[in-house]
Amino acid sequence: MRLTCPLCGARDRREFTYQCDAVALDRPAAEAPPEDWHAYIHLRDNPAGETRDLWYHDPCGSWLVVTRDTRTHAIHATALAAEVKR
Amino acid sequence: MTRLIAKSPLAGVLPVEVEGAALREVAVDRMTSIAPFKGKERAVSAALKEALGVGFPAPNRSAAKNGARIVWTGRGQAMLIGAEAPEALRGIAALTDQSDAWAVMQLEGALAEAALARLVPLDLRSGVFKRGHTARSMLFHMTCSITRVAPQGFEIMVMRSMGQTAVHDLAVAMRSVAAQSEG
Repeated sequence: MRLTCPLCGARDRREFTYQCDAVALDRPAAEAPPEDWHAYIHLRDNPAGETRDLWYHDPCGSWLVVTRDTRTHAIHATALAAEVKR
Repeated sequence: MTRLIAKSPLAGVLPVEVEGAALREVAVDRMTSIAPFKGKERAVSAALKEALGVGFPAPNRSAAKNGARIVWTGRGQAMLIGAEAPEALRGIAALTDQSDAWAVMQLEGALAEAALARLVPLDLRSGVFKRGHTARSMLFHMTCSITRVAPQGFEIMVMRSMGQTAVHDLAVAMRSVAAQSEG
């Protein structure tokens, strides 16, 4: 498996660390209702298909949003989390 | 007064030499990490250019002028080696003294590429990885920074605490490729 770091290019899986679902980028506001916080912290989909994850590229220190397919293991896209969030 | 004796990160374990490759420590007198604040990337590059003649490097690139070298080392970060960080950077970039934090070595020789191919999951051949090119990647199990500094020479930087392990891994690879190339 290879992932493409937007800065470094296509790299081997061993250079990356998986973190979590990319929902972590959509943090609710501090005053948001408890239901939103509950969903943000506890509720996760387990899709058979496209999913978005956060991965860390250890050598260069970039957080990536990786769009991949859990059925085929295909990597569809990678982007810097800093730019997705912006 | 107690007199402290400065000890280089790889004192006692380098040099390592085999037929076709040599690994030596690179003395670093001053190294500073430069991380431009948000939106200040151009100002930082201009200030560096004005003071030292080298701008802030693009990802995977390094530059050198009059003994000052700057090497890209990660997202929004570069290492300035061999020169004091210009005063003009204060307030527009995070500056951290890294002089004693890294073990820096140079691997040179006809078998340098072959030895690194054992440890680094990157294409470092000269047609792809040219002089001045740099990369953050893995050296066996540790993160590293690799820069081509000569047609057959690479500069390798790892965290100081992992320096001896890096030398061990490199020495094993160097001896192995040297032994196999003799036959």
